[in-house]
Amino acid sequence: MLYILKASPLCSIQDLGRVGLRSIGITQGGAIDPFSFKIANKLVGNADNCPCIEITLGPVEIEFARDAWISLTGAFYESYLDDKKIYNGWRVKVISGQKLKLNYAIKGMHCYLAIDGGIDVKQVLNGCGTDLNNHFGGYRGRNLQRGDQLKLGKPHFLMKKRGVLLPQKNKFIRVLQGPDFFKFTKENCEKFWRQNWLITNQCNRMGYRLQGNSIEFNNKSEILSHATLPGLIQIPPNGQPIVLMSDAQTTGGYPRFGYIIKADLWKLAQTEINKTVQFYPSNFEEAHRALKKQEIYLSKLEWSLNENRS
Amino acid sequence: MNLKSIHCYILNEYSIVLESSQPVHFSFQQKLWWITENISLNSNIIDVIIGMNNLTVVLNPTNESPSNFLPKLEMLWQQAQLKEFKSREILIPVKYGNQYGPDLNFIAQNSKLSIDEVINIHSNTEYLVYFLGFQPGFAYLEGLSPILATPRRESPRFSVPAGSVGIGGNLTGIYPQKTPGGWNIIGQTNLTLFNPNHFPPTLLQPGDKVRFIPDN
Repeated sequence: MLYILKASPLCSIQDLGRVGLRSIGITQGGAIDPFSFKIANKLVGNADNCPCIEITLGPVEIEFARDAWISLTGAFYESYLDDKKIYNGWRVKVISGQKLKLNYAIKGMHCYLAIDGGIDVKQVLNGCGTDLNNHFGGYRGRNLQRGDQLKLGKPHFLMKKRGVLLPQKNKFIRVLQGPDFFKFTKENCEKFWRQNWLITNQCNRMGYRLQGNSIEFNNKSEILSHATLPGLIQIPPNGQPIVLMSDAQTTGGYPRFGYIIKADLWKLAQTEINKTVQFYPSNFEEAHRALKKQEIYLSKLEWSLNENRS
Repeated sequence: MNLKSIHCYILNEYSIVLESSQPVHFSFQQKLWWITENISLNSNIIDVIIGMNNLTVVLNPTNESPSNFLPKLEMLWQQAQLKEFKSREILIPVKYGNQYGPDLNFIAQNSKLSIDEVINIHSNTEYLVYFLGFQPGFAYLEGLSPILATPRRESPRFSVPAGSVGIGGNLTGIYPQKTPGGWNIIGQTNLTLFNPNHFPPTLLQPGDKVRFIPDN
C-alpha cells in the first residue's frame, strides 16, 4: 500500500495507453512521455506497461506501507526520501514507513514514479491509465488526492541500488509533412521551420498550444474529419499551432501541417512553459531510424539492469 | 466506384490512411465500416479509426512497417467492394423542448417552423452513424433535414448535460458526457451513451441507423 499525503492537482496513474478503441471515440491516453515511463519501469524490474504515477506539478508527498524499490524519471524534481536527497535515473530502496517528497520541477514537465510490482489498479477498456476527461481508469477515474490509498503489485527481488544514464532532451524536434502540408504556401512553410516556437501555458495532456508568427492557411478545399494521432501539428484559424498529445480526441478537422516523429514527441512533452522549440523537416526513414535507436537504448538498458539482478 | 478515386498513403512512421476523393457517400462509408470490422487487431495492428470518407490504421512500428501494410489495406478495400454491411437500428427516446431543450424555440424561429414541426421533422428522419469521435460514444450522425440546419451558438455553453440532443450546422448529435458545448440543444435522452463498465461501452456503433422518438 501507498498513501498519498499531498498531491498537486495534476498527478494521475498512467500506463502506455489504450489500443483498439479509437473507432468508438476512446482516446489513446497513457503516459505523455512514454520513453521516460518505460525507463522508470525497467529500473525497478517491471514490465514496460506497468502502471506508474505521472506527476506534472509539485509538491507531492507519498508514504510507503511496504518495502519497495522505486525510480524517478522524466522531469527532474527536487526530491527527498525522508531527509535524504534522491535523484532521477536510480533504483532506490524504500523501507516501509518512509516518505517520498517531490517539491518542484527543476527541469522538465512530467515526472514518473515507478514502484516494483507497479500500482495495482483494475483494467478498464484495455488500459490502466486514467482518462481524466471521461473519468474512468486509473484510480477512480481522477487525479490523485490527499488521503488516497493505492494498492501495490507483488514486489520483486532486486539486489542493490542501480543507476542508468538518462537520455537528454534538446529543443530540436523532427517533423514529417502532414496530409495538408502542400496546401500551405511556400512562405508559410518557411515561416514554420525558421522560427522558434514558444510553449504557452495552455498545455495539457490533450494538446500543447504554441505561439509565434501566425501560419496562414488560405486553401479553400474542404477538410473532412479525420483521425488525429498524438504528435499531429494542427493549424487552427488563428494560425497558432496546436500539437496533439496522449489524451487528444480521436478525430478532428483542422489542417494537418505535420506529424512530430514518435521518437521526438517526448522532448516536446517535457519542454517547460515559456521555453521554445524548433522544428526540422524529417522523412519516414529518419523517423524509423530514430525509433529503432530508442528501442536499442531501451533494450541495452534492460540488459544492463538484468545482469545485476540476484 | 473506381479505384482511381481511392487513395492509400503513409501518414507517419506508424500509420496509413485510405481515403476517397469523391464527395461523401454512404456506400463508401459502408465499406469503411466493413474494413474496420474485418481488420483483426493484434500486436501488429493496434487501432483503426474511421473519419468522414477516410480510415486510418495505426500499426505497432516495432512489428509492422506502413510500406509493408499498405498493399494489405488495398486488398481489404478490394474485398470490401463485394460485401454488405448489416446495420442495427437504435431508437432514442427524447424529451424535446422546455428545460430539456432550451434552444428548441431558436431552431423553430431560425427555420421559420412551429415547434411541433421541428420535432416532427427531427424525429421522422432516419440518421446514420458515419463514425464516432470527439468524445467516447459521440456519433457523427448523417441525415439532418437541411431545413433544420442552424449555425452553432456564438458563445458555447459552459456545461451541457449528458444525453443532450443538439443541432450544430448541418449535423445533429447526442452529447454522451456533461461537457462545454456550442450546439443548439433541442432535447435530452435518458439513455446512457457511454459507460466504461458495459460491453460494448458505447450505445452507438459506426453504421447504426438512429431514430429519435418524442417522449414528452
